[in-house]
Amino acid sequence: MSMFNKGDILETIEMFTQENLDVRTVTMGISLLDCIDPDPKKACEKVYNKICTRAANLVPTVEHISAEYGIPIINKRISVTPIAMLLGACPDADPVDFAKALDAAGKKVGVNFVGGYTALVHKGFSAGDKRLIESIPRALAQTDIVCSSVNIGATKAGLNMDAVKMMGQAVRRTAEMTADRQCIGAAKLVIFCNAPEDNPFMAGAFHGPGEPDCEIHVGVSGPGAVRAALARLHKDAPIDQVAELVKRTAFKITRVGQLVANLVSRELGVPAGIIDLSLAPTPAVGDSVANILEEMGLEQCGCCGTTACLALLNDAVKKGGVMASNHVGGLSGAFIPVSEDDGMIHAAESGCLTIEKLEAMTAVCSVGIDMVIIPGDTSAAVISGLIADEAAIGMVNSKTTAVRVIPAIGRKAGEVLDFGGLLGYGPIMPINQRDPSVFINRGGRLPAPMQSLKN
Amino acid sequence: MKAFITVVGQDTVGVVAKVAGLCSQLNINIEDVTQSILQGMFAMIMLVDISGCNVSHEEMRARVAALGQEMGMQINITRQEVFDAMHTI
Repeated sequence: MSMFNKGDILETIEMFTQENLDVRTVTMGISLLDCIDPDPKKACEKVYNKICTRAANLVPTVEHISAEYGIPIINKRISVTPIAMLLGACPDADPVDFAKALDAAGKKVGVNFVGGYTALVHKGFSAGDKRLIESIPRALAQTDIVCSSVNIGATKAGLNMDAVKMMGQAVRRTAEMTADRQCIGAAKLVIFCNAPEDNPFMAGAFHGPGEPDCEIHVGVSGPGAVRAALARLHKDAPIDQVAELVKRTAFKITRVGQLVANLVSRELGVPAGIIDLSLAPTPAVGDSVANILEEMGLEQCGCCGTTACLALLNDAVKKGGVMASNHVGGLSGAFIPVSEDDGMIHAAESGCLTIEKLEAMTAVCSVGIDMVIIPGDTSAAVISGLIADEAAIGMVNSKTTAVRVIPAIGRKAGEVLDFGGLLGYGPIMPINQRDPSVFINRGGRLPAPMQSLKN
Repeated sequence: MKAFITVVGQDTVGVVAKVAGLCSQLNINIEDVTQSILQGMFAMIMLVDISGCNVSHEEMRARVAALGQEMGMQINITRQEVFDAMHTI
């Protein structure tokens, strides 16, 4: 025992038991490129069979490792090749049949989400892309565990404004078609700029065409552990010490993720892909990114200083995590979803956190406007405008940004939408309702930005 | 196959005996024990070898948790590799 420090042992146990430290997701990425078939029925059958074969042992293996090592592992998920790529080969197919095949296969192997009902259209549409996008509302209404994402922009390609327009409509329509279920469909739809092709987190996970046939990604978490560590630091400690403490804690958290990745990869005989160094909050009290920012010294998340604190957090998490892992990828950084974060929910309820402040925060966080509930009468053009703004931030700053908003059909600002579970609940946040539709209706491609003369 | 059993909570009579009793039932060999009062709480750490454990990992974990509940203390069992990963470079 002399090799081990008693304090280290008890610190680890406290992180697991009191501070909600867990491995948030083990996600198996599966390529479906060998399932392409001009006969949609055959293609769906191949998709179903490949997922059921590759992921047959995923859930029991991960659960066994969790029990054997005493590491909480919350979610088991699957990401697949963007379905639009398979759809291109069968022009007469109903895209929703592919969504149903993913849903059935995911349920068969026992995962809680399958991501990859996806199209990558940042530079334009290829065969299958438009049909997939048009089918998203139906696909999300008729399935339970399928997640959808569309990449509408990239730093090197600019923004596909025709796709931006379509996605505003798709978000609204998806919410309408699931209005009887808290508009849950829209919570499973993400619109990206610079989408990573190896992201293990939902709803934006898909298995990019450059990835291997099958691999294991791990998404770590642990906002509660970072918050608890900062709570023990003196309030007059200089900000360098805050950054150092976040780095040290992120290192420890990430090492747990790397251990799990190695174990799962070895047990399943599937190569380990990446570790996603993310601070992903949950609605549990204290397991909150907003609370971390408040521990740094803000009265409430959303006040002046929030963007600076978030910038420090996002950067320190990466610096600590990079050394702790073999390969880093995915979204990596601090997530700022509203409905999944207890502190964000309170800040939004009190009016301290607004959509405009969230937009500023997305310039320095890991992803974007996430799990934000907006009034039900918000027009598709306004949603497209928000998507364009967010994508522009990502495009110009060479980072991933995304929009996942839920129009609360039939409800107004100040009311609440409750999804239950990890997706949480949240107040409906007011959004500027002035009309950008002339801009959105122009279509075309917003040019890619200069990568020099930076200022 | 080494693991640490940690017992945290209010100190009472028979803590070591009860935990050691469960280890004996499950054929878990105790290699080292240390206990102390940390931040006002009783904390015992046992280094154990679980190679010979006569039940599945899932059941072992359930039995340990059940004993913790019965004693009103928090008992965890965690493989040594987890601490290696987190606290050594």
